[in-house]
Amino acid sequence: MTELNFEKHFQDKVDAEIKIEPKDWMPDAYRKTLIRQISQHAHSEVVGMLPEGNWISRAPSLRRKLILLAKIQDEAGHGLYLYSAAETLGISREELVEQLLSGKAKYSSIFNYPTLTWADIGAIGWLVDGAAIMNQVMLTRASYGPYARAMVRICKEESFHQRQGYEIMLTLAKGSAAQQHMAQDALNRWWWPSLMMFGPKDDDSAHSQQSMKWKIKRKSNDELRQQFVDVTVQQAEVLGLAIPDPDLKWNEERGHYDFGEINWDEFWNVVKGNGPCNKQRLDARIKAHEDGAWVREAAMAYAEKKEQRKLMESAKAEAA
Amino acid sequence: MLYNYLLQLGDNALILGHRLGEWCGHAPELEIDMALTNIALDLTGQARSLYQHAAEIEGKGRTEDDIAYLRDAWEFKNVLLAEQPNGDFAHTIARQFFYDTFNFFLHRELVGSRDEWLAGFAAKSLKEITYHLRFSSEWVLRLGDGTDTSHEKMQAAVEELWMYTGELKIPSKTDQEMAANGVGPDLNLLKASFDEKVADVLQKANLQMPSTTWMQGGGKDGVHSEHLGFILADMQYLQRAYPGQEW
Ligand SMILES: [Fe+2]
Ligand SMILES: [Fe+2]
Repeated sequence: MTELNFEKHFQDKVDAEIKIEPKDWMPDAYRKTLIRQISQHAHSEVVGMLPEGNWISRAPSLRRKLILLAKIQDEAGHGLYLYSAAETLGISREELVEQLLSGKAKYSSIFNYPTLTWADIGAIGWLVDGAAIMNQVMLTRASYGPYARAMVRICKEESFHQRQGYEIMLTLAKGSAAQQHMAQDALNRWWWPSLMMFGPKDDDSAHSQQSMKWKIKRKSNDELRQQFVDVTVQQAEVLGLAIPDPDLKWNEERGHYDFGEINWDEFWNVVKGNGPCNKQRLDARIKAHEDGAWVREAAMAYAEKKEQRKLMESAKAEAA
Repeated sequence: MLYNYLLQLGDNALILGHRLGEWCGHAPELEIDMALTNIALDLTGQARSLYQHAAEIEGKGRTEDDIAYLRDAWEFKNVLLAEQPNGDFAHTIARQFFYDTFNFFLHRELVGSRDEWLAGFAAKSLKEITYHLRFSSEWVLRLGDGTDTSHEKMQAAVEELWMYTGELKIPSKTDQEMAANGVGPDLNLLKASFDEKVADVLQKANLQMPSTTWMQGGGKDGVHSEHLGFILADMQYLQRAYPGQEW
């Protein structure tokens, strides 16, 4: 078959909803797009541990502390599944981590915002995990098998996180004046960055169209964003909290909520590295990696020694 | 009395779990991050069960959270070892290994406690603690017998933390009462098992037994190191700043 035939055969499979598996032929650009997207996703899970980790030591009850620890542990697990999925495309986890630490690879900008009060832990679960679910449910049907399967496992846990976050918000919204203030303030700060999680507007999205054709994505950024707004506005009403958008209103004709213009300058500015915590987040990952180098080296050296001792022993046994 | 004994057990678990939680997101690799968080989860869960039961038998309407969040340092009965800072990974492992070793032998005895609740609790916890001990002793081996650097760091950590191991094995008044009633073991009898296990693992890891003989104490009687005050300030902040709220 010629290259062109390969390409056609590949696209036919995608169109017929047959999953692409690691050993199958795939266009180079498809492979590259997947590596970029899956690793970006993996990095987001890992960097995302930091803003929430910020509140583990101050979680206000034993129950909340356990839930938060378990949630962040889940996110580490998501990172692992996703690094493994990326590795099936012929790149190592070490290389991917190197790309994150050198600033070459991106992660979700949402994690460059600070967690200032306990309510932020509620808002992250409710809004950030909530927005992630919209995207990830779609990705359970992605054309690349290992990615789609990783997403199925991840989605189950994300919806748990979303409910737990919402429950924190609900408790605060029913609480004292100070607690209500915390909840509203957290919503004010996390609302717009959560909408930005879906990425640029469809007209400005560089990768979107090709990804749709390859069935990596099945819904556009704007469609997903709209879906998120529609669901979340109703949840905010139940909480009795106000969404910080004067232009937000139900549009009978469209059957959707209209909402105000996102501050795209802020979006691009944070992507470029100027968010409130870009530096702290990356520094924390670099520090963990560098401080941990001797530990990883020791584990490898020990494993090698153990292997050699085993070989020596079996050689001795044979000689005897 | 039993109430104090439950608190002594619970405080160890709570404070050490708190320390381990500080690693979350910062460990040498993701797999280690998850394992440390797992142990933190187990320990915090154990503390929760112990406090719940303590509150129940006290019968004054207090909750697990009142016990965790509304006592001051002198009311905490945890050993000094549990509150020591994480340090580098070798320190965390040394602290964990000493604690797990003691905890393993303690719970193995508690399974036969005359107190039915405690016996049941110990049986369940022993499974978790057995896993913790496997994790920490495997890492003592890896670090002790890994590279020159890791060997040095592991040896230094063992030396530094050794002085906090005496307290584990010296019975407090509560320990003595519990032993007399058949609720808890005689700690003097655990000493030999502890020393033997530690010596065995250190030897396999090419590490020297620490030369320090002076042992620190006081935690079980509520006289702590300077670290505990900061742990509590951190941990209790919301409950103290906004008293009486639901979270
Ligand atoms: Fe996740
Ligand atoms: Fe999540």
